[in-house]
Formats: sequence, structure tokens, C-alpha cells
Amino acid sequence: MSELASTADIGFLVAILISFMTGLALENVNKNFGSVVAVQNLNLHLPHGRFVCFLGPSGCGKTTVLRLIAGLEKPSRGRILLDASDITDQPAHQRNFGMVFQSLALFPHLSVGDNIAYSLRVRKVAKPVCRHRVDELLELVRLPGYAGRHISQLSGGQRQRVAIARALAIEPRLFLLDEPLSALDAKLREDMQLELRMLQQRLAITTVLVTHDQREAMTMSDLIVVMGTDNQVHQMGTPLEIYRNPADTFVADFIGTSNLLKGICSGRGQASVLGKTIRIASMPEGINPGSEITISVRPEDISVLPGAREGDNHLEGEVTFVRDVGSSVEIYLDCNGLQLISQSTPQGRPAVTQGDRATAVLPPSACVVLTS
Amino acid sequence: MIGEKPRGLGAHLPVFYPAVMLGVFFVIPFGIMVAISFFARQPGGFYTPAFVMANYRSLFTELFARVMVFSIYIAALCAVICVAVGFPFTYFITRMRRKAQVIWLVLLVSVLSLSAVIIGFAWSLMLSQTAGLSNLFVWLGLMEHPVSWSPGFWALLCGLCYVAFPYTVLVLYPPLSRLDPYLPEAALTLGASPLKTFFSVVVGSLRGPIVASLIMVFAFTLGTYLLPQILGRPQHWTLSVLITDEAIYHSNLPFSAAMAVFFMIVSLALVALTMMVGKGGTAGQR
Repeated sequence: MSELASTADIGFLVAILISFMTGLALENVNKNFGSVVAVQNLNLHLPHGRFVCFLGPSGCGKTTVLRLIAGLEKPSRGRILLDASDITDQPAHQRNFGMVFQSLALFPHLSVGDNIAYSLRVRKVAKPVCRHRVDELLELVRLPGYAGRHISQLSGGQRQRVAIARALAIEPRLFLLDEPLSALDAKLREDMQLELRMLQQRLAITTVLVTHDQREAMTMSDLIVVMGTDNQVHQMGTPLEIYRNPADTFVADFIGTSNLLKGICSGRGQASVLGKTIRIASMPEGINPGSEITISVRPEDISVLPGAREGDNHLEGEVTFVRDVGSSVEIYLDCNGLQLISQSTPQGRPAVTQGDRATAVLPPSACVVLTS
Repeated sequence: MIGEKPRGLGAHLPVFYPAVMLGVFFVIPFGIMVAISFFARQPGGFYTPAFVMANYRSLFTELFARVMVFSIYIAALCAVICVAVGFPFTYFITRMRRKAQVIWLVLLVSVLSLSAVIIGFAWSLMLSQTAGLSNLFVWLGLMEHPVSWSPGFWALLCGLCYVAFPYTVLVLYPPLSRLDPYLPEAALTLGASPLKTFFSVVVGSLRGPIVASLIMVFAFTLGTYLLPQILGRPQHWTLSVLITDEAIYHSNLPFSAAMAVFFMIVSLALVALTMMVGKGGTAGQR
């Protein structure tokens, strides 16, 4: 019995070891452009076969991280490892990564087929094999028979697919996407997000996407790395983890809409906001009574009741605006200077109108205490 | 409104000005030259209006053929050298910071302010035996004694390339500066070496501007008149020298006009051929 247990333990340890040895690792990576810091102390491990998304506002250094991974930039300090081998000094053309650029960067002088076959021709793959692979990839991206077309004859979405097919032609070790959907219109972008995600799942290829669109990140990723304007990683986790439990005010504010309430810890599992008691289901360790805290509550967790109501987790205020967009209703409340947003379904719409007195109810389980 | 054809006289007015200028300063003088090429020469005099083919028949001489071939050869060689050197040169300029780009362009444009006479004599001096570069090479121990490289074929080629080079850069600069910087990077990520990237993507996607600059330098050098006389020997004189010689020193205007017309037709045919080759090679275009 104990022998079996030890075998299982060893198997478990090996599995953990393999998961850490495979995939992409960035160790203390820094990148400066002159005096400008683009990336600061980046330490990440991106597991094999996952879809990882770098999400952050403009100028947070997410594209620089992708370029560092691709080998188009060299880190000022730190190491990049792929499957435990150091690739920091390996030139971009020797890395065997596929990359889709924001501008797509399709070669304008080559046909669709020649664009896709470019990486194969560079590797001196025989012409019939090239042709077969091009046809295969065009099938994969749902553009069969387009090999002879010129790039200028394609629509935005079709170009997008060609860029994806071109990057996948060599069966890359890593698939890198630099905001590839940003130029597409909203409807096409949503379709492409799903397509790209399903394609990645089918090919089980480790994929890194850079985007500033949180909806895109939530739709496509297994893991999200949130970067801030301080060029540092603020949080890494699954989309839901990040949405439900943001690590700090920046993440809470950047991912979706958040109501941020400043308050003071008034005891174990409770805080005082505008003189009202707010009970909190889970209070992080190390917060002592009297310390200032920020509570994050998602709009869909706040329910609004007509009129003034008393009680814990109840904040009374005036309805300043009602936004009904058909699929959801947003109620804007002014609670003595504190602006709150509540979101509900059209069926659960509270019976309030602009100018009414109303009470926002904050469930203790939805109150997330942010430490910074 | 956009895309509609202009209607009425008023809408066509802006086209009149360039059309009149082109007619007055190009079509009419060219017409006069074509007419003169068929006129009869008066020995000891000027020419009389007529329609004779004698001037064109006189073109079929060994001297004319040799000078014509040489003129085309040196113009083509100069064009190839200028573009071969100018293309990577311009590419690296466009990759510099804006301030450095401006400095390089101003330096290049300043060359255009020099007259062909100054350029010719400067090169002649630089390649001479008494004060030329060979003295520097002797001083550096690379040569035993100074030599004269001018006049000669290579001296002429240097002079022609020096004059045409700024034009080449100026023609190549706009398309190269507009080149998507991600194209070479995309090629790198696809496994192409930096050299392969340069030739397959940068050169490949700018085939049109390359052909345009080749044609421009070729046509520009074809008409050169002064430099062959300063930097070349008589066997290096181009057709322009021969045409001027016939027109001014032998007062044979009909023959020189015939030479000029024939030369122009051959040049245009070569330009058309170059354009066809440039277009035909562009993959995927329909």
C-alpha cells in the first residue's frame, strides 16, 4: 500500500516537474529603451498548450513582452526559457515561432499561397509538399481555393485568416498574436475571437495573445496576465478568477466595471462605509481594525430596492440615471457623493426612475477587499 | 460625387495648363526635331525642307552603332550601380531617427547644387596622377607609384554615378520610408535570415520603385554630354556628344535630329521593356 502511495507521489511530482519544465518561462525580464522602462521584473511561467493573454492599457509594455518572446527585442536583463532551454540570445528566425502582427504584415507582392508558403520555402520544403500544406491551411482557416488570389483582393477578415495560416505553416512551437483583431469591425472581431479560440483548442498549441480588449481576453484565454501602466504584472489567473477576485484596485477597475468603495475596517469581517456597516464574507489576513481599505463590488452583484431601507450592507441614495440597453439595465445611484452602478436583467429591473430614492444592497460574498 | 467623371469646360480647366505647357515646351519642339530629321542638308549651308530618308540611312554606320551601344551600356551600368548601392543605403537611412534622416538627405541634395563642370573637374583632379587618390594610396603603402585614372572608363562611370546617386536616393526614399516596418519582422519570425528577409521582402515588395529608379537613372545618364568629354576618352563619348558634334561643329542638323529621334525611340523601347519585366515578375498581381 505504501509502495503504491509512493509511486503515485513520484508520478505526481514528475507531473509537476514536467509542467514546470515545459512551456514558456520569463525570469526577471527587464527591458529599457534608453531611459524609458518598458518591462520591469517580469517573472512568469506560461504552461504548455494554454492560451495566455497579456491584457493591459496602452503603454503598459505588453507588446514589448511579446516582441521579447518572439526575439524581435533583446531583454536588457533576465532570461527567457522555452521547455527549460534558454532562448534569450536565440535570433528570431531560429525560434520557430509563428506570429500574427497588429498590421498583419502580409507580403503585398506575394499571392495568398506564396504568403502562406513563405516559411516553408525558406526551409527549402519541396514544392508539392508546400502546395499540399498551403491547401491544408487554407481549409483550416476556411479559405479554400484562395491560394492564387492577391492580398489586395481580400477583405479584412480574410486577410486575418491568411495571416493566421501563414503563422501556422511551420507548426510553430509558440503562436504569438499581437492585437490581431483590433482593425476588424465589432461583429467580425467577435466571430474571429471564437474561431481563433476553437482553432487553438484543436491544434493544442501554446498561444500568447496581446490585447487591450478585456472582453477579447475573457473570451479567448485560459490564463490572463494583467499588466499595469507601471509596466509590471498586477495579476495572473483564469479569466473568472481575475474577474471575481481582482488583486488590486487597478485590476478591479480595468477588468469590467467595478464599484470601488473606500472604507475603514471596523472589525473581523466588517467595514464602515459612509457610516454604514458593510459585512464582508472573506477578509484578507493582516487587515487590522482602523485600517483604510477599498471594497470592490461588481455592478451585477448590487441589487436596488425602491425607497429608503435600513440595515447592514444597505446604502441609500438617489437614482441619477437609468440606462436601458435592452439586454441589461444599469441604475446609477448617488449615495452621499459615492457613485454606485447596479446592473440587472430586464426581467429583474427595479421599479425606480431617475430622481427616486433607492437603496443599494451589497451582498457580503460579493464584497472583495483590495489591499492596494 | 467622388468617382464621377468631370463634366463641362470648367471642370477640365485645371488640365489645360499642364497640357499647354507640355505642348509648347515638349510636343512642338519634338515635332520640329522630327521634321528636321527628314529635311535635306545643304552642304556648306544649313538645311532645306524636304522629305528624305538619307539622314536615317546614314545611321547605319559602325561608328553610330558603337557609340549607341556604349551609351546604352554605360547608362544601364550606372543605373544598376546607383540602385544597387542606393537601395540599401536609402533603406538604412529610413531606419534612422528623423533628425539623422534629414541630415543625410540635406547632404545628398547639396550635391545637386554642384554643376556638372565642377563635378567633372573635381573627379578629374581626384583621379589624376599628380594630385589624385593614387598619391594617398602610395603614401599608405598600398601602391608603388601614383597613376592616372582619368580620363578613362572607370573615371567616367564614377562621375556619372556621383551625379545620378542623389536622384536615385530621392526616388527611393518615399516608398522605402512608407514600407511597413513589420514586413521584415514578419519574415524573420517566419524563419528567414536578415539577408534573405532583405532580398525577399524589402526588395521584393518594392520592385516597382526599384524599376522606376532604374529607368530614371538610365534616362538621366543617357543624355549626359559634359562628363564623357571631361572624364572619358573619345571612345567613351556618348551619343549626346556625337549629336552635339554633328549639330554644332558640322552644322548637320538633319543628321543630328535623326540620331536624336532614333536614340529616343530605342531608349523608350528599353524603358518599356524594363517596365514589362518589372511588372511580369510581380507575383500574384492580376
